[in-house]
Amino acid sequence: MKPADTRESFTSRMLSSDGAVSVLVVLLGFLVGTILVALVGKNPLNMYKAIFQSLSGYNIDNGKMNVRYIGETLNYAVPFILCGFSMAFAARAGLFNIGGEGQYIMGLTVAQVIGLLGPNVPGLHWALAIIGAMLIGAACGGIVGILKAKYEVSEVVSTIMLNYVALYLSRIICLQLPGASTYKTANFPETALLSNGFFQAITNNSMLNNGFFLMGLAVVVYWFIMEKTNLGFGLRATGFNREAARCSGIPVVRSIAISMAIAGAFAGLAGGIVALGSFRYGRVLSGMDNYGFNGIAVALVGNNTAIGTMLAGFLFGMLKNAQALMQGKQIPKEITFIIQGLIVVFIALRSAIALYLAWRSKRQLQKEVLAK
Amino acid sequence: MEHAIEMIGITKTFPGVVANDKVTLQVADNEIHALLGENGAGKSTLMSILFGAYNADSGTIRIHGKDVDIKDPNVATELGIGMVHQHFKLVHNYSVTENIVLGMEPRNRFGILNIGQAEKRVAQLSDTYGLQVDPTALVEDITVGAQQRVEILKTLYRNANIIIFDEPTAVLTPQEIDELMQIIRRLKAEGKTIVLITHKLKEIKAVADRCTVLRRGKYIGTVDVEDVSEQQLAEMMVGRAVQFEIEKSPAQIGEVVLSIQNLSVADQNGHVKVRDLSVEVHRGEIVGIAGVDGNGQTELLYGISGLSPVSSGTILLNGEDITHATIRKRIELGLGHIPEDRQKHGLISDFSISENCVLKNYYKAPYSNAYGLLDQTKMAEDAQALIEQFDIRAGQGSRTAAGSLSGGNQQKTIVAREIHLSPHAMLVAQPTRGLDVGAIEYIRQRILAERDKGRAILLISFELDEIMNLCDRIATISKGSIVGIFAQHEVTEREIGMMMAGSKRDGGNG
Amino acid sequence: MNTLIGMIPSILMIVSPILITAVGGMICEKSGVVNIALEGLMGVGAFAAAATHVLLEATGLGMPSIWISLGIGALIGAAFSAIHALASINLNADQTISGTGINLLADGVTIFAAQILFSADRTREFKMGMQTDSLGIYPTAYIALVVVVAAWFILYKLPFGMHLRACGEHPHAADSVGINVKKIRYIAVLASGLLAGLAGGCIVLTQTIQYTSNTINGRGFIALAAVSFGRWRPIGVTFAAFLFGTAQAFAIIANNFPALRVLPTEVFNILPYVITLIALVVFSGKNYAPRASGKPYIKGAS
Repeated sequence: MKPADTRESFTSRMLSSDGAVSVLVVLLGFLVGTILVALVGKNPLNMYKAIFQSLSGYNIDNGKMNVRYIGETLNYAVPFILCGFSMAFAARAGLFNIGGEGQYIMGLTVAQVIGLLGPNVPGLHWALAIIGAMLIGAACGGIVGILKAKYEVSEVVSTIMLNYVALYLSRIICLQLPGASTYKTANFPETALLSNGFFQAITNNSMLNNGFFLMGLAVVVYWFIMEKTNLGFGLRATGFNREAARCSGIPVVRSIAISMAIAGAFAGLAGGIVALGSFRYGRVLSGMDNYGFNGIAVALVGNNTAIGTMLAGFLFGMLKNAQALMQGKQIPKEITFIIQGLIVVFIALRSAIALYLAWRSKRQLQKEVLAK
Repeated sequence: MEHAIEMIGITKTFPGVVANDKVTLQVADNEIHALLGENGAGKSTLMSILFGAYNADSGTIRIHGKDVDIKDPNVATELGIGMVHQHFKLVHNYSVTENIVLGMEPRNRFGILNIGQAEKRVAQLSDTYGLQVDPTALVEDITVGAQQRVEILKTLYRNANIIIFDEPTAVLTPQEIDELMQIIRRLKAEGKTIVLITHKLKEIKAVADRCTVLRRGKYIGTVDVEDVSEQQLAEMMVGRAVQFEIEKSPAQIGEVVLSIQNLSVADQNGHVKVRDLSVEVHRGEIVGIAGVDGNGQTELLYGISGLSPVSSGTILLNGEDITHATIRKRIELGLGHIPEDRQKHGLISDFSISENCVLKNYYKAPYSNAYGLLDQTKMAEDAQALIEQFDIRAGQGSRTAAGSLSGGNQQKTIVAREIHLSPHAMLVAQPTRGLDVGAIEYIRQRILAERDKGRAILLISFELDEIMNLCDRIATISKGSIVGIFAQHEVTEREIGMMMAGSKRDGGNG
Repeated sequence: MNTLIGMIPSILMIVSPILITAVGGMICEKSGVVNIALEGLMGVGAFAAAATHVLLEATGLGMPSIWISLGIGALIGAAFSAIHALASINLNADQTISGTGINLLADGVTIFAAQILFSADRTREFKMGMQTDSLGIYPTAYIALVVVVAAWFILYKLPFGMHLRACGEHPHAADSVGINVKKIRYIAVLASGLLAGLAGGCIVLTQTIQYTSNTINGRGFIALAAVSFGRWRPIGVTFAAFLFGTAQAFAIIANNFPALRVLPTEVFNILPYVITLIALVVFSGKNYAPRASGKPYIKGAS
């Protein structure tokens, strides 16, 4: 084979691999972000130094090492990964769950309520709070699923409305909690917290907590349900071709509702973990944490797979942790939002690549025919 | 003779397929020229190039002796070429006139639309060529035959001299087909040149002067229609001797398995499509429902299979009332279904063959255990057995994605799955639509084999010869009701055709 | 009754930007492209208008500054929407993903730019926004009226409008008569960006004194809901925008009724979203959407 041919087939193979495309898209996002930073007169190197520090704990400028950064990156990754799974689960079932933010907020709120008002029994207290968070998330998701499946209500607009409803509802509820001021409540009792002393010790007092294990468990559960059970089979069938699934007897309204409920549970879990793991007191939200929205990008980059979503979640956690460091180096932290937005827009490249590959194979065929 | 159209050495490729491979076509002035070939032979592609919807990769086109470059439909229209599409290109909520003038709307001196002016011209054309339409009616409210007349008027409004008809009779009743043939003859009498794309041999014999045959993208030959028989045309189309009729053993008819009583079904918009319909299917027989698309066949099967709710009436399967049962329950009680639209209802393209084969029973043993865990090895094993038994060509065995199979192999997969479930009764809709001759033969033989095994089969088809060939009893459906039901040997094709158009035959018994 | 009449200027002030955006969304969807990036496009328009105005104000330009700012806001909105157009029309991208990406991008770009220009996470406060006329009504209400009438006229009385609507119902039919589907869809998307940017500018210049990340707060999505609730027709969309806008105005209006002042502000904040949600559920009219809306147009035998 001539060298030109081998090169061609390598590019084609690269482009048809979803993983490679995701990496490409992320790199492009960073590239454009870098150019933007340079264009406004700041030093992009500072941005990368901040990212490096948040990932490894090592400060290039003064040579000091602080493992707390590693802990914080991992801790931030948890809600990103879970919200990513929320979106991914819904997507595998054919739905676009933009309501992750609202489900997250409701999970956070319920966790705070049970945290402050629940029984101070060690082990039981935080478990109840977490389960409550998951249940409310499931309920929110399930309602959206039923509205979509039975009444054809578009989940895009309805979930975004619910996001805002959740935000204000959360404020109303939390302002009634003991010790509530305009932005916080009283401190949680010890039994409600997810904090993990061991983690704190080895990461120099970062907020890394038991939520990390819960996330790991959730990931395994996600993969198992999807690939190995008949519930997952029915959900995937419904997601790929709802009508064919229906014709084969699969109960689609139920499947869609269950998918959205599970998706909601993931997001609710994220809210509960953030509430009881990263803070010592309840918060009266004045704005959205945005984990839910970013979960969309995480799932898209991770292509709705288990491993991909985890990796993408770590990436976003790392970016978030780097924000404060960037501000310190005169780089507006919003650059991370821009990079994330660019990544989602560039995901559009996926369909463009399909077009390009199709065009390529057609050209190839043309040459063969005309040569005869 | 002067050629109206010459297409020389036309080549056109799409991703993965050569649609036209150095094809040559010569159409004489003022003749009716048929373009014959199976699905996928390249006829539509060739004509789309002539009409400017596609650009050829290479080759020349001459119109009335002059070289032309047909870049887009506007150029084609200026050259006097018009196309009556197979799938009508009509905007459903625009009026007849608006559809006809779309793209060249008359306007007043302020640039504002003046549809009223167009309506007059449409009425004129309508009279001249005998094409009855109501210029103000909305397209979604008129019959399919009328919609086709609108498509024809679109070309005449643009002063077309060369008119291409793409598979025009697929959606017409036998009566409407006769009317269309009249219209085509009239157009020829008015000096037009007609190209008729079709795979229906009868129609070619009825109206065409000459016929060009394409096979798998290549030009095979051109004949004078008078001088050849249908059999010869079929052989040119397929490349080998073709068996038209299938051998059928006499029916061994048993008790009633599927009983439909006074069934009424509405479509999604609430229009009643099946009216008070009753029919029974016995063990070991094939009952065929003949009719033109749009007379309620689709909704009938939706109602029986469970895809649509039933407004009134009863459905009994082996005596059990399944009128309001869930789809899964019907499947479990032994109702099989080979759906009309294999992409929409039959298969999940992203799933593998083995996953598609268990779509209806994945949740039961042996594919699932008591805890809900799947046994994917067993699924693959059984699928592999079916692949071998049914000769399904799949690149990666049972792991092949269903979407990458050819139409024939997709249909074989669906048929394999349904047969494997050993249903008591089977609903079969349009089983050979869009397939090539080899697959058609195979599928029909399997259907007969199931009938010989004692299944009760209800067959819907829009191809009259398929109905005549396979069925033991034939019912005709028109506007949602059964018009007559006869044993196969009691009735002729012509009579069925008339019943499809709505007239009841005297002495018919239900 | 007097209080109700007295509320009309406030209601108009709040309804106008929603209506302008909704008309843009309607045009876009009628051509076949779903644009959920309206929220982000309003955001960049609002930011651009606020930033331009506060900078021009400092130069002592006076009244023209308002109009220039609105224009800049509209143009920036159109420019951003070009990204969505490119992705969905040329690259056949999933239109929901593309729209979501632009919303995320807009969030980032606006505050990033604010940091660069004003070293804060918001624009600097300007001293004087748009002025009302003698009736107390902002010019934005008249702009909204013009936009609705113009849209109706173009869509239903001009050949261009007939072509555009055909692209959204049956693009293959349009293509077969020589209409350039891609070009028309591009124009429609850019128009929706222009209108959304304009609407964002209207919000920031009439209802507040600076742009923050909370300025738009879901109104782009409410506009989107209005398109669906209004069944993709100008009259319906206008009615829907009034309904949702009035719900939003309620928070301000509530102050006029002593009985309602007891309730926490959050209850009024929730109201527009809840009403939108209920309206969507009760009146969900998927059957009225343009048939080809949301699907990329791929040339080929249909």
